[in-house]
Amino acid sequence: MKKIIALVLCLVMVFALCACGESNTTTTAPAAGSATEAPADEPAAAGSVYYLNFKPEQDQQWQDLAKSYTEQTGVPVTVVTAASGTYEETLAAEMAKSEAPTLFQVNGPVGLANWKDYCYDLSGTPLYGELTNDSFALKDGDQVLGIAYVIESYGIIANKTLLEKAGHSIDEINSFETLKAVVEDITARKDELGFSAFTSAGMDGSSDWRFKTHLANLPIYFEYKEDGISSTPAIKGTYLDNYKAIWDLYINNATCDPKELSGKTGSDAENEMLNGEAVFFQNGSWEYGALSAKLSDDDMVMIPIYIGVGDEPNQGLCTGTENFWCVNKDAGEENVQATLDFLYWCVTSEEGTNALANDMGFVIPFKNAVESSNLFVKQDAAYTAEGKTPVSWNFTTMPSEEWKNGVGSALTAYAAGTGDWDAVVTAFVDGWATEYQLVNG
Amino acid sequence: MQKNIKRLWPLFLLPTFAAFVIGFIIPFIQGVYLSFCKFQTVNKATFVGLSNYVKAFADTQFSHAFWFTVRFTVVSTLLINILALIIALFLTRGIKGTNLFRTVFFMPNLIGGIVLGYIWQILLNCVLSLLGKPLLALDSTYGYWGLIILMCWQQIGYMMIIYIAGLQSIPNDYMEAAKIDGATTWQTLWHVKLPNLMPSITICSFLSLTNSFKLFDQNLALTAGEPAHMSEMLALNIYNTFYVRSGIQWKGIGQAKAVIFCIIVVLISLIQLKATRSKEVQQ
Repeated sequence: MKKIIALVLCLVMVFALCACGESNTTTTAPAAGSATEAPADEPAAAGSVYYLNFKPEQDQQWQDLAKSYTEQTGVPVTVVTAASGTYEETLAAEMAKSEAPTLFQVNGPVGLANWKDYCYDLSGTPLYGELTNDSFALKDGDQVLGIAYVIESYGIIANKTLLEKAGHSIDEINSFETLKAVVEDITARKDELGFSAFTSAGMDGSSDWRFKTHLANLPIYFEYKEDGISSTPAIKGTYLDNYKAIWDLYINNATCDPKELSGKTGSDAENEMLNGEAVFFQNGSWEYGALSAKLSDDDMVMIPIYIGVGDEPNQGLCTGTENFWCVNKDAGEENVQATLDFLYWCVTSEEGTNALANDMGFVIPFKNAVESSNLFVKQDAAYTAEGKTPVSWNFTTMPSEEWKNGVGSALTAYAAGTGDWDAVVTAFVDGWATEYQLVNG
Repeated sequence: MQKNIKRLWPLFLLPTFAAFVIGFIIPFIQGVYLSFCKFQTVNKATFVGLSNYVKAFADTQFSHAFWFTVRFTVVSTLLINILALIIALFLTRGIKGTNLFRTVFFMPNLIGGIVLGYIWQILLNCVLSLLGKPLLALDSTYGYWGLIILMCWQQIGYMMIIYIAGLQSIPNDYMEAAKIDGATTWQTLWHVKLPNLMPSITICSFLSLTNSFKLFDQNLALTAGEPAHMSEMLALNIYNTFYVRSGIQWKGIGQAKAVIFCIIVVLISLIQLKATRSKEVQQ
């Protein structure tokens, strides 16, 4: 008996040792993986690429593209995707390793503030030269530290078929007032029609960014525009009444009671849209894949978010980006060069641009871009061609994640009736100043 | 042979010790050092002295989280241990189906905190919306009691098993002697069972106290600190400081909070161990 116990204990110890060894190899996995991928006769100094990808939806496509590039050039490319919502954590952990990512991304000026000491100056690189417009470069002084790689649009997605069933046409809507009239008419006849005007404005973490970030962009955009600025240490909240009006419209004409919004998720709203329970759904071009599974291109249309400010008939969709590529300047000269070559190949070669446009569904701001099949993206182009002005993405200048959360909490409480609108204004205006001080002070 | 093995003990200790040094001692020392630094990634830190601690103590959200955690810990530790003991007493009486009950009560402990948190969020929100009350994320009182219910549900079964083991290890002679002397059920419980249970009480209260104080997953999944950080406990507050706040100074402040947190947890556990140990009796 004792012998058996001794044997078992020995086995456990051996196993523990193995486990230790195992974990050591996994931490250096990117390096080990890339080493095996590289052909043996390749010179050692060729460098390699390690891309820490932000978008889990496109993980497989990036892996395929990386593999193909390695086959063609022999340069090892490793793509690791951070789990949804954990990019900052993963990045902070990965950057501390000796085999750090050579390519990562930030979400705009605020995200860049954390990482600018790690970013390679991209000005003068061929990649930067491929950009169609300088506004897609993220700059710090004279340095170009980030380059946008995907342009996205958001607005109110409408189900045309349902709208016609309710006796309205999409052409009626060209301002906040007309939108409100249509929405309130649908709500009044909700039981008879069998559907609501808006999907649930869920304030669960999977959905609240649609309102605390994307919708909040509109009052900020118009305030910046009026004041002729592109960022500010203290927001005035000039158009917060309009923000209230559109938020009221969303929550009071939706599929659910405003009290229940805190528990509603992004998939709830998506399913309501797919099942024809609501006509309008505020979301972006990235939602096309999910919606087109059940709704045809003839059913769907994306209209601008009207809040009753500015030249409404000529307002376009909210178009911009919060995805900027940054190259790690501490990665070593060869690796930096390999990364730049890889990116250049991605945005110029036929295979690269095709993969970005069709496999990943991106609109890329580079000269050789292939036209995307995404309906909403096409619509954005059509609106711009008609002479409408796209609303820029100013939420990249919001002082911090904490500010967004504060506004989100206040919006949720206001919707449920446990808080009042003043709390939203306080979170929006005072919160901005406080957070700006904390972040930049 | 026997002697040789005895002399070789350091060799057998080595793997575990190495793992402990690599996985605990080194990160701990580095963590304490980083709490005095400003950093974005751990290998590029600049020393800033005590300023992180000053900012951490000045943070009102941190002190709110502290008192929220204290209130939570006191109530949940008491509830978990009292209820677990009561159930253990019932399930050692030889009622029919005892094993089934024990299994069922123990089961919740096998489910991870995040999963439990989301399941209870759906359940509680459902009840609250039927009652027409604001949902969990809107009212920190409901969030607080939601956490307590969740924690009790998860931990009672585990503590119950420890108490049952403790009750079963009380020698039968004691019980018989008490019976012959004419002790009532209450007297038996108070003067025989409880003193003999002190080792179990020590370990159970230690586990539930530290578990409650360090609670993270359940807090994140159930309320995520909503509304406006009002139901945020210490561990979540540290996490949010470290990862959610943008700006380079927050990582250091989060680290300083983590060191403060660690000291508090160690202190509380030591005090609690000392207090309950002193009441333990030798059989």
